[in-house]
Amino acid sequence: MGQVTFKIWRGEGDEGHFEEYQTEVSEGMVVLDAIHAIQSDDASDLAVRWNCKAGKCGSCSAEINGMPKLMCMTRLSSLDLDNPIIIEPMKAFPLMKDLVTDVSWNYEAKKSIKPFKPCKPDAPDGTWRMQQEDVERAQEFRKCIECYLCQNVCHVLRDHHDHAEYIGPAFLVKTAAFEMHPLDEENRTLDLKDEQGIGYCNITKCCTKVCPEHITITDNAIIPLKERVVDEFYDPLKKLFRIFKPK
Amino acid sequence: MLQTPVPLPQPRKFGESNRQDAWWLQPIVVFLGLSAFIVYSTWAAFQGTDYLFTGGGADYLSPFYSPEIFGDSGHAIFGPKPEIWPAWLPFSPALLILWAPGGFRFTCYYYRGAYYKAFWADPSNCSVGEPKARSCYRGENSLPLILQNIHRYFLYIALGFIVLLAWDAWKAMWFEDASGVEHFGIGVGSIVLTINVFLLSGYTFGCHVLRHMVGGKFKTISDKPAHKKAYECVTCLNKRHMLFAWLSLFWVGFTDFYVRMCATGSWTDWRIF
Ligand code: SF4
Ligand code: SF4
Ligand code: FES
Ligand code: FES
Repeated sequence: MGQVTFKIWRGEGDEGHFEEYQTEVSEGMVVLDAIHAIQSDDASDLAVRWNCKAGKCGSCSAEINGMPKLMCMTRLSSLDLDNPIIIEPMKAFPLMKDLVTDVSWNYEAKKSIKPFKPCKPDAPDGTWRMQQEDVERAQEFRKCIECYLCQNVCHVLRDHHDHAEYIGPAFLVKTAAFEMHPLDEENRTLDLKDEQGIGYCNITKCCTKVCPEHITITDNAIIPLKERVVDEFYDPLKKLFRIFKPK
Repeated sequence: MLQTPVPLPQPRKFGESNRQDAWWLQPIVVFLGLSAFIVYSTWAAFQGTDYLFTGGGADYLSPFYSPEIFGDSGHAIFGPKPEIWPAWLPFSPALLILWAPGGFRFTCYYYRGAYYKAFWADPSNCSVGEPKARSCYRGENSLPLILQNIHRYFLYIALGFIVLLAWDAWKAMWFEDASGVEHFGIGVGSIVLTINVFLLSGYTFGCHVLRHMVGGKFKTISDKPAHKKAYECVTCLNKRHMLFAWLSLFWVGFTDFYVRMCATGSWTDWRIF
């Protein structure tokens, strides 16, 4: 495949610039391979976070030619190698160095989700029974690898910097996994409306587009959660029924 | 919730992106498609004429004018325009009803996402910078956009419209002969009106709110077989919601255009049998 040019973001915090590197690439290589080659040949101080190289740890998130992607899952053959390939860090989180961002805000934000609260065991031996079709919906959300690519592309965090008001798509997925679990009894709708700001999502579906696990974030997690919030807070007829419902 | 510990990178400027693909194409196509529909439907709604074709004994009513609450076509539920209607206020049977399908589409989850991008550049497309002037973003969290949550009420009305339009399509299959007797038949218009009902049903029955109501809201569904079946059907259509949104939008406009062309004598409605 020959020599390919990479424009890689170098810098710390607010300061930084693109630097060009050339490296030899071959059949089957992914972007992370090329980054490693550059790191070993030309830039031993290039900071990059990675772990599994199998699209499962969610560490190597970055922006490749402007789109949030996992570096270890992006084949070079899927990119236009005639032009320089632009690699930069995620934009919704503070930059530590080069391609590494500080994603710790996510860990804190996640703590605001009320944990799974199982109902009473329904079997005499103190365990539960579930039907596969009831738990299927939640299983889609369990595929999340917490790569935060969806958080990064979400314009509420990326462009508006509303980290204080909005929990972001990754954690709406997490909430949906609990809310749609057949055994869970917790009510999270008030948190979704107030503290976690689900109303900030304007359903642009960018999160769904970038999810490497192909979770249908907007349609299967966010919109159903929005509807739960509508049920409880924004449906005047439902409110009326609740008032007159015999206790 | 928590602030980020360190300052974030500067957001990109409007339209700035390192994306290499034609990211601007999708919002432009949506902008042009929706604008064309809005312009045509507004024009057609203000016409107040040529919305019923009765040539050759046919009975084709334009979907923009159905149900006709007041009007002169013979389809009107309460007869002609009321006397008290002020002279300065434009009247057309379409203006009395179009707020319902219009509101349904305006508050639809698919269209919301699409027009926030195409008309409001919020964002113009994924990972593309937004207009800088918009410093205070509230999304659908407060007024006015919090009102989008009314979508379920528009859905209730839209479901009624499906029944009415299906009735119109059925009527479009009956042709009156010279002696006033109705015979079953199919003209091109009958097919146009029938396709319209199918596409609008595909769109309406794939609504996210309906999906939530028929089954999505339950914790368990294996113990509710009717809900389970309905949820599966709605989910199946919901996966194609964007497709049906566009097909039905185009076709409902075309159906009005077809009836209008026939009614003005510009097109001939071919009778198949
Ligand atoms: S759909 Fe909502 S959560 Fe997903 S990227 Fe758009 S605004 Fe963010
Ligand atoms: S939902 Fe998808 S994009 Fe978001 S963190 Fe999980 S795996 Fe990554
Ligand atoms: S290195 Fe683990 S996901 Fe890329
Ligand atoms: S979500 Fe599109 S019609 Fe309801």
